[in-house]
Amino acid sequence: MVTSETSVPIQYAAVPMKARIDNEMDTKQEPAMEVRDLSAFYGNFRALRSVTLPVPKQRISAIIGPSGCGKSTLIRCLNRMNELIPGFRVEGEVLFEGKNLYDKKVDAVEVRRRIGMVFQKPNPFPKSNYDNVAFGARINGYEGKLDEIVERALRQAALWEEVKDKLHKSALALSGGQQQRLCIARTLAIEPEVILMDEPCSALDPVATLKIEDLMRELAREYSIVIVTHNMQQAARVADFTAVMMMGEDRAGELIEYGPTNEIFTNPKEKRTEDYITGRFG
Amino acid sequence: MTTRSAFDRQLTQIQEEMLLLGTMVDNAIERSVRSLTERDIELARQVIADDLRINKKRYDIEDKCLELIATQQPLASDLRTIVSVLYIIVDLERMADHAEGTAKIALMLADEPPIVPLIDIPRMAEIARQMLIASLETLKDRDADRARALCDQDDEVDALYDKVYGELVKLMVDDANIERATHLIWVAHNLERIADRVTNICERVVYLVEGKLEELNVSTY
Repeated sequence: MVTSETSVPIQYAAVPMKARIDNEMDTKQEPAMEVRDLSAFYGNFRALRSVTLPVPKQRISAIIGPSGCGKSTLIRCLNRMNELIPGFRVEGEVLFEGKNLYDKKVDAVEVRRRIGMVFQKPNPFPKSNYDNVAFGARINGYEGKLDEIVERALRQAALWEEVKDKLHKSALALSGGQQQRLCIARTLAIEPEVILMDEPCSALDPVATLKIEDLMRELAREYSIVIVTHNMQQAARVADFTAVMMMGEDRAGELIEYGPTNEIFTNPKEKRTEDYITGRFG
Repeated sequence: MTTRSAFDRQLTQIQEEMLLLGTMVDNAIERSVRSLTERDIELARQVIADDLRINKKRYDIEDKCLELIATQQPLASDLRTIVSVLYIIVDLERMADHAEGTAKIALMLADEPPIVPLIDIPRMAEIARQMLIASLETLKDRDADRARALCDQDDEVDALYDKVYGELVKLMVDDANIERATHLIWVAHNLERIADRVTNICERVVYLVEGKLEELNVSTY
């Protein structure tokens, strides 16, 4: 019987989370982002407790966990999207290119341009397909050839062939799956480095879901992607790394395990991960 | 607290059926060697006929495992359990083929005068059967340490095989009983392979419990 070369056991339970994460990371490559000891609060309610997590460059990272465990709060912390909620605040750091995103000198709009986001429900603007994709470039004052940007983004989003003859028709006429790919194209058009996806397929049928997943694998050649998903099979199919979150006793979300996706889904180290992914949670 | 009781029942069922298959195979090994030592043609024929039942049982379990994979999307220890069962039933079925091979030799030798008293071959069968039953117990008990320790017994079977082989080759040279001696070497080889396959089961137990693929009992040859 052949022994896997990668089967060297790592005793996770005895190693602090930060050390575990360092162990799993490709040390040759800097992560695209790093979350360090991040806690998040909505008023007096603590939604996240001391999360430390890398976002590996040009890889897909999935965040999974039961409802209310802080997945969406965490992903929205990665581009300061939560700041729009009154009473929200963070402690800790989210590093991007070595700088803390929450530093007062950092411009939140620029953060959201470079760290794009795709939401749960496709949300195209009530405009043409073309105008949806060109929207970001226009408001950023881009003066180059918009046609090229729109075509490149639509091709990257695997939507060009389906919409090239109806670029000036309403985006609302597209199917749900097409609308979501249009939203991805809209994100890509402003050339972000990181793409955050908060349950991007939850409103889509299985075929549209698989198309988005294929697209994500293609995009990961160029972009670093973080996806929040309730669908564990989806995380297993698309993600290179998976973070598992759970709710603590005070209902604050905690990161309980992080590692290569294949290990999380075949041999998790934490009992709570095992119970959750095998459906024996609750 | 479990929220998948139907799935849990199905998982338990495939493991129970695998243990039943193991018992059928143990029975086949015991009867095949007894048919040889007691020159019992009828018993040998039963072992050969029963091999079809064993094959069918293996495929039935395999079907159930594939159905669970397709319909339940098992993960983590559930996935490792099903994968382990899939591998173990193949090893069990192949052990039964070795027993069938021994029973066929028993038929061939039934009318021939014995060339040597059969002492070490039944001893090999006894150790191999003990190993088989113990390996299935380690699976039931999820006992990876005992599974590892069990593999050491394979060395005893290997040593007995070397002894039997040497004696039979010598017999061929001295007395020219080449055909009968060759047949007995095949029997010893069948038993040696059965013990090897038990170590495969032990490796699967370690995988199931600890999630590690680990080679146990590396050959010293």
